[in-house]
Amino acid sequence: MTSPTVVKAPPDRAAEPRRTAPPGGAPGSVRRTLVAWAFCSPFIVLFATFGVWPVFSSLSMSVTDITSRDARTPFSVNFVGLDNYTALFGDPTFVRAVFNTLYFVAIGIPLTMVIALSLAVALNSGIQRAKGIFRVAYFAPVVTSIVAVAVVWRYLYQPDGMINAALAGIGIKGPDWLNDPDWSMPALILMAVWRHFGIPMVIFLAGLQSVPAELHEAARVDGATRWRAFRSITLPLLRPTTLVVAVLLSISYLQFFEEPFVMTSGGPLDSTTSISYYAYQQFGFGNYGMASAASYVLVTAIALLSFVQFRIFRAKA
Amino acid sequence: MTTTTTSTTQTGLDLSTHRRTPPARLTLYAALTAGIVATLAPFAWMFLGSVKPTGEIVAHPSTWLPQSPTLANFEQLLSKQNFELYFLNSTLVALACVAGNLLFCSMAGYAFAKIEFLGKRFLFGLVLTMLIIPGVTTFVPLFVLVSNMGLSNTYLGLILPFLVTPLGVFLMRQFIRDIPDSLVEAARLDGAGEARIFLRVILPLCRPSLATLAILTFLAQWNNFLWPLVISQTEEHYTLPVALALFSVGANSTNYGLLLAGAVTVVTPIILLFLALQKHFIQGIANTGIK
Repeated sequence: MTSPTVVKAPPDRAAEPRRTAPPGGAPGSVRRTLVAWAFCSPFIVLFATFGVWPVFSSLSMSVTDITSRDARTPFSVNFVGLDNYTALFGDPTFVRAVFNTLYFVAIGIPLTMVIALSLAVALNSGIQRAKGIFRVAYFAPVVTSIVAVAVVWRYLYQPDGMINAALAGIGIKGPDWLNDPDWSMPALILMAVWRHFGIPMVIFLAGLQSVPAELHEAARVDGATRWRAFRSITLPLLRPTTLVVAVLLSISYLQFFEEPFVMTSGGPLDSTTSISYYAYQQFGFGNYGMASAASYVLVTAIALLSFVQFRIFRAKA
Repeated sequence: MTTTTTSTTQTGLDLSTHRRTPPARLTLYAALTAGIVATLAPFAWMFLGSVKPTGEIVAHPSTWLPQSPTLANFEQLLSKQNFELYFLNSTLVALACVAGNLLFCSMAGYAFAKIEFLGKRFLFGLVLTMLIIPGVTTFVPLFVLVSNMGLSNTYLGLILPFLVTPLGVFLMRQFIRDIPDSLVEAARLDGAGEARIFLRVILPLCRPSLATLAILTFLAQWNNFLWPLVISQTEEHYTLPVALALFSVGANSTNYGLLLAGAVTVVTPIILLFLALQKHFIQGIANTGIK
């Protein structure tokens, strides 16, 4: 079946004078398609099995009562509709987890962005000496394992740890960070900001370098102050960059998991249980249906937040 | 024109030549340095603490510099806690995933970038969608799947789900797309097959993006936590982060010296790699936004 096409294809292409033809021949070419699929096949097999299928499987599990006992022989699994989701929102721990996750995102993202942008502006304001060293040092927390970092910060946050020692140095009596339900979340947020600001800093730095210098010069000639020029020129031009940063940070902040796992086990009093941590706990209890439902709430939140941010930034642009 | 230039110079606002007055510049440097001290302090505390006896870490008042430096924590980590094995496990898993991503993702990336074929748009759309799906959504069915394959608590079980990533394909496709079509076309007219073009023309040109992909994959796998935590049930398949995390919430949670030495063991290889290849790291992560 395919052989005529295979034989015919090359002479056709050779005879054709136009060079703008898509490389690799017409989309419909059977041979091209086979070759391309052959190139993609290892990727497709692995990606379909371990990447795509679990996403659908997770969705279907979330509407069943599957538990760890059913994993091998899923005969006694029943369809339960939206029961898992109803149960989730009836569970005060999950409601708290949703609140905690939103708290983490709502405070963590703006804080990270302000710090990242301030540092990017500082690094971009004409300093040459040691700029590379500054960049590397500020970026270092990004590459380190969150588990290792959490282990270290757990001790920094002890009532008599280094952070409270530093606070005492300026006359503030620090709280018992990780054992006080009011301070446990701020503690995790502070650590997350520390670990993440390097990425948006570098992205902002690239964005700042693409702001034309003439615009700032013109503003200066017109007598604008630095702050005014920053607000009226730099910030609007950084809008696309800000969108990218906001989306990236929401995706990673919404799934925070390792921090409560290592530092607080979700406590005290569920004050640091995140949606991911809740899903992991349900998985640990063997409630695979509930765990999948909780995960899907998270996916929905990520999709929604990305969408909303995209709309807001585009509307303003 | 002349007048404005003069006036701005007089008011000391000429940003193009002297962007900052000396005191302002000093303040800037001072602030940035203070920021660095704050940023690196947790690392300093970790490294210094790892060579202190536990008693000294919890002592009051505690000091930054070790009073009686010792390597006992590391010795104990290796002799009694099997960290050597976890280190090897982490290395093996990370390197296997790097190899898989480099080979399979560049092959698929080539097809997506340079060959027109049926199903391409659908497949690539799927790749883009999967880019934002977090691992926490799929770990439950993935665990069921891998367990049913008989691969739970095996190296294959640790590696297979990350042997290819949508990010890898996306990265390679973007890079290969920028290679001029004329190079590929010329090779095709010379009668070279696709496999030959891929190996001889495309791959040698892809070195920079292969390096980026290798670094990103290694970093992601070295630090990966949730999946190894779920799939490795006994110590012989623990990776470093899993071992450290379980260690830190278990019976040894107050053995500060050991824990800090463990953290140093997890962090040091990446820090060294980062210092050696910082440009690749920073650009790679900034361009993809994913670590």
